[in-house]
Amino acid sequence: MKGLAFSKRNDLEILRDPLNLIFGVGFPIVLLLLLTAIQANIPVPMFEIGHLAPGIAVFGLSFMTLFSATLIAKDRGSSFLQRLYATPLTAGDFILGYLLPILPVSMAQSVICYGAAVLLGLEVTVHLVASVLFTLPVSLLFVSLGLLCGSIFTDKQVGGVCGALLTNLTAWLSGVWFDLGLVGGAFQKIANLLPFVHAVELERAVLRGDYAGAFPHLWWVSAYAAAVTIIAVFAFLRQMKRQ
Amino acid sequence: MDAIKTVDLTKKYKDLTAVDALNLTVRQGELLSLLGVNGAGKTTTIKMLTGLTRPTSGDAFLNGKSVLTDSAAVKAMIAVSPQETAVAPHLTVRENLELMAGVHGFSKFEARDKVAELGGRFGLGELADKRAGKLSGGWQRRLSIAMALVSGPQILFLDEPTLGLDVLARGELWELIRALKGSMTVILTTHYMEEAEALSDRVAIMKSGRLLLADAPAEIKRRAGTDKFDQAFVRIVKGGQP
Repeated sequence: MKGLAFSKRNDLEILRDPLNLIFGVGFPIVLLLLLTAIQANIPVPMFEIGHLAPGIAVFGLSFMTLFSATLIAKDRGSSFLQRLYATPLTAGDFILGYLLPILPVSMAQSVICYGAAVLLGLEVTVHLVASVLFTLPVSLLFVSLGLLCGSIFTDKQVGGVCGALLTNLTAWLSGVWFDLGLVGGAFQKIANLLPFVHAVELERAVLRGDYAGAFPHLWWVSAYAAAVTIIAVFAFLRQMKRQ
Repeated sequence: MDAIKTVDLTKKYKDLTAVDALNLTVRQGELLSLLGVNGAGKTTTIKMLTGLTRPTSGDAFLNGKSVLTDSAAVKAMIAVSPQETAVAPHLTVRENLELMAGVHGFSKFEARDKVAELGGRFGLGELADKRAGKLSGGWQRRLSIAMALVSGPQILFLDEPTLGLDVLARGELWELIRALKGSMTVILTTHYMEEAEALSDRVAIMKSGRLLLADAPAEIKRRAGTDKFDQAFVRIVKGGQP
């Protein structure tokens, strides 16, 4: 109950920030519209809606890191957490309060992204629902990255690290905009060692109903999500002790 | 029983002793101001008393509960209004108050009653649906103190409550703080001498982590041989002893 009040506050803080809505919902939809328009004039298999929509859905989720990290870093910097640390809230309440409320927001973002894709011609199948559900481990990965970055960076640093670096890493190393095989070499090897391309391939496989093909990618994403969550929890506890 | 009793309370950071064997007693219902120049150890003392920092040695007892061994009981009886205005900017005034009620485990009905009571007491009623981030500095500070009072604390810590406010807003907050006297124990840190003199039952002066003295403002002036409180403070801090 105590933790729930804190979770609700975090949800409201994120949803009421107009910049979050612009970047979280508006930006991915604009990209979807733009690339679909390009595809209509110059057909490229990469930008076919069934191939593009899962990539944009994953790219959109990278903004959850920015939202989560900004909220935590601002709370740390503004004495708001100091006030709450002197209440009966436990460390678990804080960690769950920062992690859990953003997961439904991520789901809602994926629903909106796939909904826009349907309007642009994506076929409605049962796999579409599964695609939304399979964004959950991807969301956990990005939200945990937010907890980690928010625990170690200031709100200004978060803007650079999560707003610029992470979103670019997600964009370049995920295979959303170009086939990584075209670059090949070390670039492709590094991309394959990171979770972003696996998150996109997971979504693409589920959307086309290839669940057997989805699972290797699911393990990659889940392992990264679990590892980042554990590291983020330690980082948060460490800064809590320091404060 | 004393509201606060510290026993050789000490905090060291590597080579720096931020608070050095502090022995201080605060009576129930008393308003005590902690004064000192920057680095005197006021904030570290508050952090130890509120369970935010663990003492290196010694202990502090709040209404008989140790900050070392019974921090949950301590946290249940205290509230903190931090130096900066610590409000949730995108939440309304009402939602900020409800948040504090929620984290203290109040039911919906209890929270509603408490919010209505504090809204009336602090003149926040008409602003209940306004976002906290849109309030002026003075009103945000009011809200910040009201949030600290939601849980009905026995001991309230006010860290620089009027810092940066204009004369009018400061005067209004003084009235609100005066009204709290007697109903709860208040520990106030401030850099404003006139604030400490006007509001406090006793003033504790710290320097380099040590307590120089704790006494009523009139007695401090008498001991320093001046009728001006700021002069008395300077003499005591410069001299090390009154």
